[in-house]
Amino acid sequence: MTISIRAVEKQFARYPALRGVSLDIEPGELLALLGPSGSGKTTLLRIIAGLEFPEAGQVLFDQRDVTFASAAARQVGFVFQQYALFRHMTVAKNVAFGLDVRKAATKPARAEISRRVDVLLGLVELGGLGGRYPSQLSGGQRQRVALARALAVSPEVLLLDEPFGALDATVRKSLRKELRRIHNATGVTTIFVTHDQEEALDLADRVAILNLGQIEQVGTPAEVYDNPASAFVCGFVGEANRFEGHVENGRFVSGAVSFPATTASGPKLGFVRPHDLTLSVGEEAGFDLHIDRVIAQGPVIQVEAKTTDHRRIDAAFARQDVASLTAGTTIRVTARKAHLFDPVA
Amino acid sequence: MSPQNSTQDPLWVKALVLSLVAAFLVLVLILPLVSVFAEALRRGIDPALEAIANPDALAAIKLTLLTAAIAVPFNIVFGVCAAWAVAKHDFAGKSLLISLIDLPFSVSPVVAGLIYVLIFGAHGWFGSWLIDHDIRIIFAVPGIILATIFVTFPFVARELIPLMQEQGVDEEEAAVSLGANGLTAFFRVTTPNIRWGLLYGVLLCNARAMGEFGAVSVVSGHIRGLTNTMPLHVEILYNEYDFVGAFSVAALLCLLSILTLVLKGILEVLQPQVGARGH
Amino acid sequence: MTLSASSKRLSPFRRRSAIPGFGITLGVTISLLSLVVLIPLAAVILKASGLDGPGFMAAGFSPRAMAAYRLSFGAAFAAASVNAVFGALTAWALVRYEFFGKPIVNALVDLPFALPTAVAGIALAALYAPNGWVGQYLAAMGLKAAYTPVGVVIALTFIGLPFVVRTLEPVLRDLSADVEEAAASLGAGRISIIGRVILPALGPAWLTGFALSFARGVGEYGSVIFIAGNMPYKSEIAPLLIVIQLEQFNYQAAAAIAVVMLSASFAMLLVINTVQAWARRLSA
Repeated sequence: MTISIRAVEKQFARYPALRGVSLDIEPGELLALLGPSGSGKTTLLRIIAGLEFPEAGQVLFDQRDVTFASAAARQVGFVFQQYALFRHMTVAKNVAFGLDVRKAATKPARAEISRRVDVLLGLVELGGLGGRYPSQLSGGQRQRVALARALAVSPEVLLLDEPFGALDATVRKSLRKELRRIHNATGVTTIFVTHDQEEALDLADRVAILNLGQIEQVGTPAEVYDNPASAFVCGFVGEANRFEGHVENGRFVSGAVSFPATTASGPKLGFVRPHDLTLSVGEEAGFDLHIDRVIAQGPVIQVEAKTTDHRRIDAAFARQDVASLTAGTTIRVTARKAHLFDPVA
Repeated sequence: MSPQNSTQDPLWVKALVLSLVAAFLVLVLILPLVSVFAEALRRGIDPALEAIANPDALAAIKLTLLTAAIAVPFNIVFGVCAAWAVAKHDFAGKSLLISLIDLPFSVSPVVAGLIYVLIFGAHGWFGSWLIDHDIRIIFAVPGIILATIFVTFPFVARELIPLMQEQGVDEEEAAVSLGANGLTAFFRVTTPNIRWGLLYGVLLCNARAMGEFGAVSVVSGHIRGLTNTMPLHVEILYNEYDFVGAFSVAALLCLLSILTLVLKGILEVLQPQVGARGH
Repeated sequence: MTLSASSKRLSPFRRRSAIPGFGITLGVTISLLSLVVLIPLAAVILKASGLDGPGFMAAGFSPRAMAAYRLSFGAAFAAASVNAVFGALTAWALVRYEFFGKPIVNALVDLPFALPTAVAGIALAALYAPNGWVGQYLAAMGLKAAYTPVGVVIALTFIGLPFVVRTLEPVLRDLSADVEEAAASLGAGRISIIGRVILPALGPAWLTGFALSFARGVGEYGSVIFIAGNMPYKSEIAPLLIVIQLEQFNYQAAAAIAVVMLSASFAMLLVINTVQAWARRLSA
């Protein structure tokens, strides 16, 4: 199903949560809504689900206007951040709920419901735990139950609000793979909200980046990482050293830092990713870094350093490129690639 | 909680505190309770049972049960509606509404009775209209029920509102997103989570409904066998110096309140967060 | 499946909610509240406003009414003070000590909530009458409790006790032993821990409990009239005066006294809410 968000506005008591958001989600896509807290990403997800209603704009499901349709009428599967499992029902009852509450005409037979529950519990690898209560499960297991419950109604779209937010790091990583596997198995259009850029880049087909109630950029993980559309995206997605400076005669200059630039002259914000810094060779123009700390991580060597005017810089080099780096020494580097933006007024 | 050594009171302090508390509770709570039964049984069990089996007493018991049977369901409907609106939705003026719901607790029971006399009494707003149509509210059963509803008004609501607020809206939203309508979400998802709190509110509401005196006394007219509830019957017998009779009916009410306290204790064990707010 | 874009109007008073039933439940709530509580309460104020200024003063602040207020407020204050002391001790004992019969004591503290006030009234009257179990010893000492203002204080003490205990208990329980241990580890003695750590933390709850007990006492009727003696100017409480005016069909005077008492209740409600807001700020 294609979901279209058209110029959606949403205001909470004091602050605007969404300011003219438009977004198209393709059938079968796995899309991440990424942004810091307060960016409006959860609000947008809840508007798609029918749990919030916008002041202006439209939500279209396959060209049908569902802006004010109730959540019950939309046939979406929603996985809540804290799972919202029905605590007085068993796992099986939780999963069956969406089928159980259907009107007699569309309600599957009891045997069919229980067969479907078994299939879904198998899909989320919880076979045999149908008789347990939510309080008897671990966080990761509860998350899987929530997912199975949302999938039970054969939703046209699956919405997940910070699906891994309440889990510890290892469980989080394995469930991430799990979600991708389930998405591939079911093919259901899936939108999830996260504030963790690594999670978004790792999992999603496309990422929509929100800031202050507006969409900054929508694109594949590679696009938003390699070609950030705004200073915010560049700073939020991936790591980057940030410089305030200006471009003059084809060079970006910020205090002691300078590197070649191709943009027009004027004040600019410059971003350089740690691995885009290279050792400068010979007389090539660059700038000096004083190395504070060297961290060897597998094939990568990470360096914490300072410029000559005492600004902190993170750099990363491929191990084979740099024979030996030691703390306390000074190296000369230049930027192989930089992202330059006009400073925000 | 077992206090640590460093913060433990010395034995003599503990003994002193416990003796003071014991003396106080004996004088204020325990002796009055015991004296009701002692006075009732002063001349043995038979006169006590006779006083309860007296037709006027039976009529009072019947009226008390009837009053509670109407006031309590009314309270449940109101309490559940109020809690659903307040705890599961956001709207302007919410805290004002909560304060207004609590209002009857801060009004003297006598004033609660008085307001209905001023509206429905012979000289009240609707007095002449009611007389013309031969409808009796004041000095009749409807007035007693109205006054009882007023004084018990907040019981279920104030028990459910904090409980449902604490439980949030996640489960209801999940139910709705899975296709449930409002009633289904309420009965299948909300009710199981609030049943002990609801029961707790009902219990306290019932105790107050059966025991209310001041408000009911103002609107009742004290017509024996017709508009006397049990507490009013106790008053009449007492004022007629029929102490055994008065205390016998009172003893019955005592048993009811002891039962209430026992059930209340059980509910507090079942759902520890109920009764977090005092009454 | 109906997916029409129905009900597009958005109320300015609330965000449209995904959870159904708001309109009907709020409608029921406000209707019943208005019919049962708000409109009737407005009636008493309207009735009293039928009096002109001097007439209201004469009815609402007659010497007899003033004496009744003095007794109702004074006795409620005295009873709330007694409860503030013994209720606090009871709460302390329930939270901090293990002792024989604790569950029964815990349940009994709520007896005044569960026991009909008239029953409490006749029981206390019988107990503290000059020939009663307790009254006879008081009489032997030349003291008279029942049928005097002291009797009123006793009845109101009974009525108000649970308010202090139940407001203090959760605060005492939350006041974890950690804080005290920390204070003790810093070298504070027992007395200074109580004085500088425990009492300040209890302050708002204590005041709230006192105020609730006081507010309940001012309006109390059933438990008092049996033990008070009900002598005009001496042992006649304000609610009783309302009843007496009603029995004499003096509706406006009854309404005037009721309005004075209502104003007092609302003032106390305001104080209690302020204290609780203060307490929440302290604990936040």
